[in-house]
Amino acid sequence: MQGVTPRLILKDITKQFPGQFPGCRANDGIDLTLLPGEIHALLGENGAGKSTLVKIIYGILHADEGEILWEGKRVAIANPAAARALGIGMVFQHFSLFESLTVAENIALGLDKPGKMAALASRIISVSERYGLPLDPSRPVHSLSVGERQRVEIVRSLLGEPRLLIMDEPTSVLTPQEVERLFATLRLLALEGRSILYISHKLEEIRVLCDRATVLRGGKLAAFCDPATTSARQMAEMMIGSELTSPNRHPEALSEGEALLEIHGLHTTSNDPFATNVKDAALSVRAGEIVGIAGVAGNGQAELLSALSGEVLLPEPGMVRICGQAAGHMGPRARRRLGLAFVPEERLGRGAVPEMTLADNALLSGYGSGGLVRRGLVRFGKTRRTAEKIIERFGVSARGYGSQARSLSGGNLQKFIIGREIMQKPRLLIVAQPTWGVDAGAAASIHQALIDMARSGTAVLVVSQDLDELFALSDRIAVIHGGILSEAIPAANSSIERIGLLMGGVYDQEGASHASA
Amino acid sequence: MLRLEARPHPSTAALLLSPVLAIGLTLLAGLILFALLGFDPVKTLTAYFIKPLDSLYGLSELTVKATPLLLCAIGLALGFRANIWNIGAEGQLIMGAVAGSGVALFLRPEHGAAWVLPAMFLAGALGGMAWASIPAVLKLRFNASEILTSLMLTYVADLFLRWLVNGPWRDPEGYNFPQSRMFEPDAIIPPLLDGTRLGFGAVLALAVALGGWFLLSRTFLGFQIKVIGLTAAAAGYAGFNSARITWMSLLLSGGLAGIAGLNEVAGPIGQLTPFVSPGYGFTAIIVAFLGRLHPFGILLASLMLALTYLGGETAQISLGLPVAVTSVFQGMLLFFLLACEVLIRYRLRAGR
Repeated sequence: MQGVTPRLILKDITKQFPGQFPGCRANDGIDLTLLPGEIHALLGENGAGKSTLVKIIYGILHADEGEILWEGKRVAIANPAAARALGIGMVFQHFSLFESLTVAENIALGLDKPGKMAALASRIISVSERYGLPLDPSRPVHSLSVGERQRVEIVRSLLGEPRLLIMDEPTSVLTPQEVERLFATLRLLALEGRSILYISHKLEEIRVLCDRATVLRGGKLAAFCDPATTSARQMAEMMIGSELTSPNRHPEALSEGEALLEIHGLHTTSNDPFATNVKDAALSVRAGEIVGIAGVAGNGQAELLSALSGEVLLPEPGMVRICGQAAGHMGPRARRRLGLAFVPEERLGRGAVPEMTLADNALLSGYGSGGLVRRGLVRFGKTRRTAEKIIERFGVSARGYGSQARSLSGGNLQKFIIGREIMQKPRLLIVAQPTWGVDAGAAASIHQALIDMARSGTAVLVVSQDLDELFALSDRIAVIHGGILSEAIPAANSSIERIGLLMGGVYDQEGASHASA
Repeated sequence: MLRLEARPHPSTAALLLSPVLAIGLTLLAGLILFALLGFDPVKTLTAYFIKPLDSLYGLSELTVKATPLLLCAIGLALGFRANIWNIGAEGQLIMGAVAGSGVALFLRPEHGAAWVLPAMFLAGALGGMAWASIPAVLKLRFNASEILTSLMLTYVADLFLRWLVNGPWRDPEGYNFPQSRMFEPDAIIPPLLDGTRLGFGAVLALAVALGGWFLLSRTFLGFQIKVIGLTAAAAGYAGFNSARITWMSLLLSGGLAGIAGLNEVAGPIGQLTPFVSPGYGFTAIIVAFLGRLHPFGILLASLMLALTYLGGETAQISLGLPVAVTSVFQGMLLFFLLACEVLIRYRLRAGR
């Protein structure tokens, strides 16, 4: 280390948000050193302070205390433009692209000095070729896959010739093959002497990719480690600060259970030009089993899910049968009466009303059972008790039934929503992205709850992008790609690689070779 | 350049007090306005806001003005809570008055029938509901914005009223004035207190406010209204029928506005004239927001806005102020209310 000037040194960074309890800080005395050519992992559960820290580095937030040394010199980073001027680039978890504009136009909008479009297009091509990120500058963004959209964001950052690239959970939306391709690019960048700060909670990836790792917990530095010699389990335990309980799954499902969800010839007809309509899908989920549907976002999951929940009605009643009844023409209320419970992907704003209390949110989908409503009147005492029961049984950390839904962290709200649905004792439970953005501890308890549900005779359908999760939970796995749902095959007979290939589809490979040609 | 920046934690107390702050600012602006017009500001404000209330008659007149405001605003607020923006209470009020007047004029109450007034109230409610059902159909069938359709239908209703009183319903013995015959005594709401115009409508409006509070805070229907208004996607997820809520809130607000209109023609006015309402239906929008869409807040707000009508009349008679001052006060009140809301939630920042 002697003789090399570190690219970035953070000393004693402290940040407190207004309204936070005194003593409870988003960042509390954090030190971090990044060397040139290093891929450094930043690990931590949700709320551990990772985002706050990188926002401080990128100039979006300002630290209350502490100092930042950039290549040996003390700097104050006023805003993202100043960060870019220093040589710091960032790729965000959520893309900010305009669907109707082309790749080049989108990149021009994100640059401080875009220059002429033709020159920019040739720069885009040269950068994308150098780093193995095939992109066609003239293609409109709406026609790109998620992996290609991420390339747009990466190329946009690389055009600024950053010496430090921050990547916030870049692989959460990628297929395993796309992840491999991304890692090759990142290694190439590191080889050129650029530093990469890599935020993720996918521990196996970090073990493969990163040179060093810093673990945050509760806003403080919790540990450093060498990912190559530390097991994923050890890292997870550093993150949560206690021992991890892995879900306890009994191997065999009762395969002769009654089919509680039957999908037959289901197709959707959304008018939205950006929707991926589901074509002729067929699937059945039996009592006591968990069936997983894998797929990269935007391949028809949203359309399939709203057709199953009843938010969108189907052309033929027989396309969906719930507990034996043709339900295609029924709305969500009638389907719940048949025994369906549903956990949507968006927790805040669909699964829960942000401004309402947990008691009110318990009523939101729970009005049909447990006598929460009698003769048109809400029974507030019962609603509160139900919310308290959910909080207690599912370990939701909230101040009580009076907390607003939006005051809960993502993982706690998800525990509440899944708990609310489970408390209704459904015969069929459909869950979208059960642990997306949820920390390891909460994810483990959600997984256990889903497995327990299935073992008690409920049919469970899980739609997820996370293959590790699907393999941990599912008895059978199907893949959705381009609106086409594959046959569900027993998880024991499949592998992550095979499912990953199906998720990417042949289409994506063609798209990539077309763009690089 | 100035820009607005969201405050991370808007003060709850400030949000609750914003109507009070807005009223204070309106009074302050009124003082300045009167001073600029060359009137003694303190005396004028006294004439405007205090003098109307110094007698039993004045207080009863306040309830006369507050009644239609309260009836309309409760209905509107229920819709606003569910994101149904009925701006056309004025038109629904007029059509309620027209329908109720039709009953009074053509079903001769010579036999001293006690059912005349109830029939008129029913007709008033149905008239307002019928008018409000047009935006409901247009919204649900053709996705047309109820803001535009309900507003435009107000002008249709107004012209229809003018045509009636200038044409088929004009009093033949009325010296060619554009107004109907006076209603028979059986078709007039008797005052509750002798010597005042305090009528049954005020009691009804109070009951409606109470009912609105009960609906919103105690019933499952009220819960659905709130969820639809806050997060439509969550309502869809829960399986709430938003078409039903749209119908319900438009019919309810239309019906209440219709009753308000009937209560005017069968109460203080006693006949159908082109001036059924000095803009009660529009002022009710201000009332609903000043009351923060809460039925009890709306009750207080309706009294406040009723005072601007009453004060405008008093100031016109005693000081010779133009009657347009009423509109100016109402406009300033809405302006300050909106400004307070914005500045409580956001702060002004100078710079890029």
